[in-house]
Amino acid sequence: MSEKQSKRIISLLMENAPGALSRVVGLFSQRGYNIETLNVAPTDDASLSRLTLTTIGSEHNIEQITKNLNKLIDVVKLVDLTEGSHIERELMLVKVKATGALREEVKRCVDIFRGQIVDVTSTVYTIQIVGASDKLDAFVQAVSDAQILEVVRSGVSGIARGEKVLSL
Amino acid sequence: MEMLSGGDMLVRSLQDQGVEYVFGYPGGSALHIYDAIFRNKAVKHILVRHEQAATHAADGYARVTGRAGVVLVTSGPGATNAITGIATAYMDSIPMVVISGQVPSDKIGEDAFQETDMVGVSRPIVKHSFLVKNAADIPDIVKKAFYIAETGRPGPVVIDIPKDVTSPAETFPYEYPKKVKIRSYFPAEKGHSGQIKKAVQLLLEARRPVIYSGGGVVLGEASKQLTELAHKLNYPVTNTLMGLGGFPGTDKQCLGMLGMHGTFEANTAMHHADVILAVGARFDDRVTNTPSKFCPGAKIIHIDIDPASISKTIPADIPIVGSVQSVLNEMLELLAQTKEAPDEKALADWWQQIEDWRNRHGLYTKNRFEQSGQIKPQEVIQALHEVTGGDAIITSDVGQHQMFTAQYYHFNRPRQWVNSGGLGTMGFGLPAAMGAQFAERDQQVVCVTGEGSIQMCIQELSTCTQYHLPIKIICLNNQALGMVRQWQDLHYDGRYSESLYEESLPDFKKLMEAYGHVGITVTERSELKEKLEECFAMKDRVVFMDIYVDQSEHVYPMQVAPNGAMRDMWLSKTERT
Repeated sequence: MSEKQSKRIISLLMENAPGALSRVVGLFSQRGYNIETLNVAPTDDASLSRLTLTTIGSEHNIEQITKNLNKLIDVVKLVDLTEGSHIERELMLVKVKATGALREEVKRCVDIFRGQIVDVTSTVYTIQIVGASDKLDAFVQAVSDAQILEVVRSGVSGIARGEKVLSL
Repeated sequence: MEMLSGGDMLVRSLQDQGVEYVFGYPGGSALHIYDAIFRNKAVKHILVRHEQAATHAADGYARVTGRAGVVLVTSGPGATNAITGIATAYMDSIPMVVISGQVPSDKIGEDAFQETDMVGVSRPIVKHSFLVKNAADIPDIVKKAFYIAETGRPGPVVIDIPKDVTSPAETFPYEYPKKVKIRSYFPAEKGHSGQIKKAVQLLLEARRPVIYSGGGVVLGEASKQLTELAHKLNYPVTNTLMGLGGFPGTDKQCLGMLGMHGTFEANTAMHHADVILAVGARFDDRVTNTPSKFCPGAKIIHIDIDPASISKTIPADIPIVGSVQSVLNEMLELLAQTKEAPDEKALADWWQQIEDWRNRHGLYTKNRFEQSGQIKPQEVIQALHEVTGGDAIITSDVGQHQMFTAQYYHFNRPRQWVNSGGLGTMGFGLPAAMGAQFAERDQQVVCVTGEGSIQMCIQELSTCTQYHLPIKIICLNNQALGMVRQWQDLHYDGRYSESLYEESLPDFKKLMEAYGHVGITVTERSELKEKLEECFAMKDRVVFMDIYVDQSEHVYPMQVAPNGAMRDMWLSKTERT
């Protein structure tokens, strides 16, 4: 398919039950779709989990993905957040080697990105950054002079702007 | 309230669900359930000889009755043996409930004896599955399983039950739920009225229409509506492999099957159509040939209960999600109200064109296969049609014999043709025939097979003995894996890699006798009819017709692939469109 590929954020409510997650994830491998990021946790309703994933595909792929996800009995409701205006956030923890002159440099960078240093040793900073995925990518780029020891990202979480809600 | 153990609740739930037969095979993890089966008088258990056959038999039963077939197997190998049959049912959207025993809850995950993660292994080939944690949940889960299996686009549902959950040691209050509600499951019913109106409008404007009718017409009990619609409009109809019988095969408006081995007239008409009404069909790759070349001038109306089937491979111009029966009813109402009618002249020209194609290369205007000294497989199906009056329930295995049967046994009613279309499972035919015979005790059930396929579930001859199932087995014996051999002829310069049996076939006649059945060998054309009549005269016996047919015969027409359009076909070994 030569159709244009785009990144989508699909968010869904599913039964908070064993096996539900494997059905969602299994669908992607079974049908040859990609999952770029995945984020899942219970909601205020203990019987439901909110799962948000990002995937890259053509219009046709995305349509098939959402149709097939909707067919899963454990999937209660689904929205493609990218179809409307939305807020996208991801949390990243980065452990950076920070000694000598780099110590100040890294600190300045963290401030610019409005991150926080959440743990310090004499040689290492652990930094927390929250934002859209591209902001997180930009930060990793910006501190690339320093030695990055470890990167942990939560995967994208998202919510629609305004009155629109995804709930039962 | 009645107090029952988990095992007894399970079997009682099946009884209260109205289950007649359970096809199964006992084993360690399922023994509490089997003890409950022993106590229950209403649900009849059918002991097969291999769990794969249990699923195929339940599948055959489901295809003939429209109700979910039920399977009971034990954990581990019992469960994994059932997988092929579950996948077969999944691909053809057949309602089925598979109950598998599981090791006790506290042993799960410990690599216990005969442990397999059945829910995990079956996940990609089920509509849904349940792992039962508490015995008290059993009635509710059974009710949900049948509801899911039988509604919407049907499919198999697995219920995996750990042994301790069925233990007789504890009892629970039993009540079978009358209703079921699943908050995330609302199968489509009525189609969108606006879309249906647009579809009718487009249909009335068509100058070269074709109705492309699939398995959904059979599954969705819409054969009557489809036939009425086609007759009202006088539009040509082509059936898919799964849709055969959905529109009567002997009707003059029937173009026969379409697709890879479809008729010249069906495939050519599709290619030239300006409007295609696809009903309960899914534009399978064996139908469309190359998608980018599929029916270039056609506007497509697509009715299907499964939104994911619409515009999956071929974009629909007017998609309609809904039960085919309901949508067709609505279309019929609109047609009854409207004063508009299709352009008579255009339609007459279109039929003239189709008649022309039929006369030129049509499969049914004259025999398109060459006569030779040996019996041709096509002749066997023609004779079978004649001897059975076209009325038998026919199951088939997979390969050339399946295609010949699809082409030459003109199925006139839905649920008369039982075959593994989507998965293409060799070994399906005989156990499916058993299930069909349980469903229709007074109908003649015939399994058309080949000497390759039949050996994949031949052990079921013993089940036929146990339950007195007088199935007739028509074996087109060409002493080779015919369809494989055909492809090797066409694409591998006749290098018959592992498709020949090298004189190793059993003496089927003796084998039948060993099982207590009758075997008849046919080698001469002159005796074919007479022997078939002899076979069908033995009403209460299993009869196996070992019919030696021409090994070199190919199935034609055959669409040219890759990169062919619908109309690009081989019509014989030498003729191409």
